[in-house]
Amino acid sequence: MSTIGAGYDLSASQFSPDGRVFQVEYAQKAVENSGTVIGLRGKDCIVLAVEKLVTSKLYEAGSNRRIFNVDRHIGMAVSGLISDARQIVETARAECANYRSQYGTNIPLKYLNDRVSMFMHAYTLYSAVRPFGCSVILAAYEADGPQMYMIDPSGVSYGYLGCAVGKAKQSAKTEIEKLNLKDMTSDQLVKEAAKIIYQVHDELKDKEFELELSWVGKNTKGVHERVSDAVYQEAERSAKLAMEDDSDSETEDM
Amino acid sequence: MAMMMNGRSAMSKFDLASPYIPSYDPTVPWQAEHRTGTTIMAVEFDGGVVIGADSRSTTGVYIANRVTDKLTKITDNIYCCRSGSSADTQAIADVVRYHIGMHRMELGEEPRVEVAATLFQDMCYNYRDSLTAGIILAGWDPYKGGQVYTIPLGGMMLRQQITIGGSGSTYVYGYVDKHFKPGMTKDECMKFVLNAVTLAMLRDGSSGGCVRLGVITKEGTVKHCVLGNELPQFFMG
Amino acid sequence: MAHHNFDRFAAGPLWHNGPTPGGIYNFPGRQVEDSGRFQERSKQPITTGTSVIAFKYDNGVEKGVAIAADMLGSYGSLARFRDCRRLCKVNNQIIVGAGGDYADFQYVQSMIEQKTIDDECLDDGFSMKPRAIYTWLTNILYNRRSKMDPFWNNFIVAGMQDGEPYLGSIDKLGTAYEDNIIGTGLGMQLGVPLIREAIERKPLMSKAEAQQLLVHTMEVLFYRDARSFPKYQLGFITPDGVTISDPLYLDNQKWGFALYKK
Repeated sequence: MSTIGAGYDLSASQFSPDGRVFQVEYAQKAVENSGTVIGLRGKDCIVLAVEKLVTSKLYEAGSNRRIFNVDRHIGMAVSGLISDARQIVETARAECANYRSQYGTNIPLKYLNDRVSMFMHAYTLYSAVRPFGCSVILAAYEADGPQMYMIDPSGVSYGYLGCAVGKAKQSAKTEIEKLNLKDMTSDQLVKEAAKIIYQVHDELKDKEFELELSWVGKNTKGVHERVSDAVYQEAERSAKLAMEDDSDSETEDM
Repeated sequence: MAMMMNGRSAMSKFDLASPYIPSYDPTVPWQAEHRTGTTIMAVEFDGGVVIGADSRSTTGVYIANRVTDKLTKITDNIYCCRSGSSADTQAIADVVRYHIGMHRMELGEEPRVEVAATLFQDMCYNYRDSLTAGIILAGWDPYKGGQVYTIPLGGMMLRQQITIGGSGSTYVYGYVDKHFKPGMTKDECMKFVLNAVTLAMLRDGSSGGCVRLGVITKEGTVKHCVLGNELPQFFMG
Repeated sequence: MAHHNFDRFAAGPLWHNGPTPGGIYNFPGRQVEDSGRFQERSKQPITTGTSVIAFKYDNGVEKGVAIAADMLGSYGSLARFRDCRRLCKVNNQIIVGAGGDYADFQYVQSMIEQKTIDDECLDDGFSMKPRAIYTWLTNILYNRRSKMDPFWNNFIVAGMQDGEPYLGSIDKLGTAYEDNIIGTGLGMQLGVPLIREAIERKPLMSKAEAQQLLVHTMEVLFYRDARSFPKYQLGFITPDGVTISDPLYLDNQKWGFALYKK
């Protein structure tokens, strides 16, 4: 009780005297403990990449995925508590299905983002619930080009050209800022995304991880899908190669 | 006089044992439902649509309104042409206009024509047993340009390059099939619609009056009216 | 999953949150009929499609299912809509063909579409098989007929089930059966015997031969079905996937015998 929250952190429905909602901030901490997730928006494609931390060698490979299809044309990458995130995915899927049945067309990403943000925000208002311990990135390729949004546990969302969330979001953002995103093709995006995930992975603290890659863009005819095995292996190979080059140059410097 | 037309004797009105209750008898002409026994039409062209309708509303054989406007605005760039029961189609149009208005605000942009069409279809399909509504929905949006959707009685929906509807349309299917050419210009479409609707009006007792035309493009909607005494002339033998 | 709930497809009452229609005329002491006791449900098909025909073929090298339907949406006897697609691809191993009320078909189609999307979203490497759709459709149709409010359709489900051709049919009452040759409407009475005879003569058919037979059957149906149309589509389901043709025309009709004298 006498720690940081000083009694004002027990409920999402109460402000602290200096105007903070501690429960929401703690939820954001939960996201920061999670593996890094990035989204890159290029010329006519968006690539989502996830550093999925594997905490036991006994887990089956490919389980507990962190990139989801929400609709044919929309992808969602999640960071934070996976079980919380899966509820967001279900909500988003239901929104897409409802929109289609009511309006007969694909849901615009902007609209889905509004709806999901509202849903997440609602969980920051009441004492009976806790906020979602996850951030999600939404991506789609629409008539007016690629679109990407990220929503954090507070229910705040922004549109992004490139975004990162999770453990190493700071260094990932630094790397993303070096890229000339708006001119990049889908193939370049995939390679850069894989490279960044490998680069920011902390081998000392988290030994094992699985790379997840998906894209949606002109190249996929607006359908969100995991990248093909060939593309995946090529991206992973070049990312590992880049890592080796880096470590080589580091030793030279020394 | 009215009492006689109703087929009841004046006496029964004051008969306490069976009090006179105003009753609805659709076989009596002036008690029948107002219907837009109609000719309506819409054609797509590159960059927009032309819509057209006659202006007659009938109640049985009586023309309740000879200058009706059956081209009803949904948004600035989406209009519908109504046929069937006036009450039903007006009510549906009101509901859809309200719904799509809310949707436009949520979306922050002009709604797609197919979205409006889906909303019409939803009403017409779900309440097909209660409604008499044949609707043509036409409009322009930046995604698919000029579009025409037809939603006939059963509540199906189909996009068509050209469609005709209402009681008068059955008389001009042949004319339309012969004279419609894909890729007509705006002016050609307007002439085509004017001729087709006029021909239908001349053969359908439930259609008549003026021909109202609307042109919907990127720039918005322009409406025209060709008066009943200024219509094109055809063989009258 | 929450969004598997099809309630969103069910509409509420047309008029609610208001006075009973005519209610304000209910003067004291007068008995009125409770209009709510009767539900109007005099359903009938409005815009309709005619027959769908389909059969399995297998010659040891090529196998699959061939299916065809014309593109007419009839409005009574008026040939009103001539670009109605009545074959729909469900996924890469299923085609559903429909006859009967076109509005009902579109509604069912939207349910199937959402089912397919849900299936694709799972991204688990599996996709629905034709018998699953067949069973599901049977349930949907039987459920609606039990509410005295049937979907006025005949459906044919064609596909590849575990590498083997699959063919099933469901009518508006939810009556369902599987067979090697299926036709609906006049297609059952005129088309199926033709196909059956041709297959008895040549049991091992290639895809090309199947197509030829299908087109011939569509032609005969056009000669004898007053609600048919010479513009049609062909669909094939093979181990390689699903194809549905662009609109085709019956351009090989035989009318010459009209000139023979008695």
